[in-house]
Amino acid sequence: MKKRNISKNVKDNIITYGIVIVAYIVIQILISAGSLSSLMQGLLVPLCVYVILAVSLNLTVGILGELSLGHAGFMCVGAFTGAFFSRCMENVITIDLIRFILALIIGAVCAGVIGFLIGMPVLRLRGDYLAIVTLAFGEIIKNIVNVLYIGKDSRGFHFSMKDSISLGLETDGDVIINGAQGITGTPKDSNFTIGVILILITLFIVLNLIHSRDGRAIMSIRDNLIAAESIGINITKYKLMAFSISAALAGVAGVLYSHNLNSLMATPKNFGYNMSIMILVFVVLGGIGNIRGSIIAAVVLTLLPELLRGLSNYRMLIYAIVLIVMMLFNWSPKLIELRKRFSVKCLIGRSKEVQ
Amino acid sequence: MSFISYLINGISLGSVYAIIALGYTMVYGIAKMLNFAHGDVIMVGGFTIFFAVSMQGLPPALGILLAVILCTLLGITIEYIAYRPLRQAASSLAVLITAIGVSYLLQNLALLIFGANTKAFTSVVTIPAIKLADEQIIISGETIVTIISCIVIMIGLTLFVNKTKAGQAMLAVSEDKGAAQLMGINVNATISLTFAIGSALAAIAGMLLCSAYPSLTPYTGSMPGIKAFVAAVFGGIGSIPGALIGGIVLGIIEILSKAYISSQMADAIVFMVLIIVLLVKPTGILGKKIQEKV
Repeated sequence: MKKRNISKNVKDNIITYGIVIVAYIVIQILISAGSLSSLMQGLLVPLCVYVILAVSLNLTVGILGELSLGHAGFMCVGAFTGAFFSRCMENVITIDLIRFILALIIGAVCAGVIGFLIGMPVLRLRGDYLAIVTLAFGEIIKNIVNVLYIGKDSRGFHFSMKDSISLGLETDGDVIINGAQGITGTPKDSNFTIGVILILITLFIVLNLIHSRDGRAIMSIRDNLIAAESIGINITKYKLMAFSISAALAGVAGVLYSHNLNSLMATPKNFGYNMSIMILVFVVLGGIGNIRGSIIAAVVLTLLPELLRGLSNYRMLIYAIVLIVMMLFNWSPKLIELRKRFSVKCLIGRSKEVQ
Repeated sequence: MSFISYLINGISLGSVYAIIALGYTMVYGIAKMLNFAHGDVIMVGGFTIFFAVSMQGLPPALGILLAVILCTLLGITIEYIAYRPLRQAASSLAVLITAIGVSYLLQNLALLIFGANTKAFTSVVTIPAIKLADEQIIISGETIVTIISCIVIMIGLTLFVNKTKAGQAMLAVSEDKGAAQLMGINVNATISLTFAIGSALAAIAGMLLCSAYPSLTPYTGSMPGIKAFVAAVFGGIGSIPGALIGGIVLGIIEILSKAYISSQMADAIVFMVLIIVLLVKPTGILGKKIQEKV
């Protein structure tokens, strides 16, 4: 029995990896055949970013069972630390790939550490209070980045929270983080292949965590906190573990995002609560706790506004209506019952009964 | 002297937050859901007044009345179509996402009808400003109206909840839905009533907000909505006096930090205070502590 269970998990995981790889191959063929518009090609890296974000948020929301509305904040940390590193090391490390891998590691570690520091006090709160505090943290991170000025000259790094002049740089100085203008001139190291590899690594980490001893401990906390505590599971440890891994993966997504853009700014649109909410929409629509669902939802919902581009002004309106209708269809108890009654399985069953 | 005028401005902004926060806190108390679309109902109220008064030339009082009626109907409709089917859903997240969908829907409808450029909202307040202490402190008419309406709404709502049958029914439903139903309370009607009151308050908040900060876009409501939500949590979500305290404290902190520390960091400071309060008192200032049963 036990053996069959494990093999089922493995099979399930292989299907998930397979979907990503097949999608990658199909898109590569489409690109080489030239049947993918440049608009769509520009969308490929952001697509990878959203998939990683959705999978990592699912770790917090679906597996740990805590609502987080600050995921974009961790992405912001990863994006800025990664881009900062790349900008500083642009002339020191000339091999793009090594520099990018180092930037990824740095972005992930920084986001993870911030996640750990935030998680320590905050994970004591429950439910909606946790949600609002994570939302607040996301906004604080975005706000701080917007007033941060860091420059570099022959004397070393200079730091200010006022403006770029008060950095007091020498003539050879270079303003790296320029407050609300953000970081410009980040080397464009991201591409679709790297994005897909990062998706696979993220999936590997998350899926293996879920099916490990630690993952089962985390899920037991989700299902019943008091029962989990009473059998000796260290609640704080496992909560923090899931939360910081999720934050670190969001940091990876951030690094990928920042190396795809020439100028990186922290605006409400890309790192504000709207972004966090959008990622949450991917997770909930794809199925809470279902990793494969998150991937599919992220892809579909990112492509939907683009596919509806022909409808110009109406596209976001239709997006909103589709979102509401899909939620009602998926979650309303009455509609679920209705769907069961008219599902194919049930109809076949009924016709057998008649015979 | 400038400190006192900042303080008055803070109380004025805080009163608007408090009125919005009431909508959040009542809906949360009774339906246990975060109504993310509440901020956009404010925007709808603002646009209705703009349309009626500035574009059609109707008298302001009529415009406000229209906005209140429209927002009330809107609130009831949203609850009926989008939230009621999900009340028994397996996950409370489902209704949260639907609320986000409704929020997108309202924003994009407004975008389609009125366009993306900022509209200049003409204040509907005609009361002259009061000047005190040799014209060093000027209290604008908008401020006076905002603070007075906040006080009136607070007193009215407290009386309504504590003295009328419908108000008592609301309290009962927020306490225990099942038991309330057994006592013969119509739970669905009570929840609709809560949404109606919350949305009517949102229309008034929209009028006050746009009169004080006269620019109107389809996204006008979203940031004040989030801040008011923070205020509701700050004061203890589900509590009416908590919303008042939370709103006013938040407004004062925001204006003072804008004036004395940094205008860019004001939001960060507001959120920082919220986090500190929640870490010391995890259910907000006036929130009830619920003991968890095994």
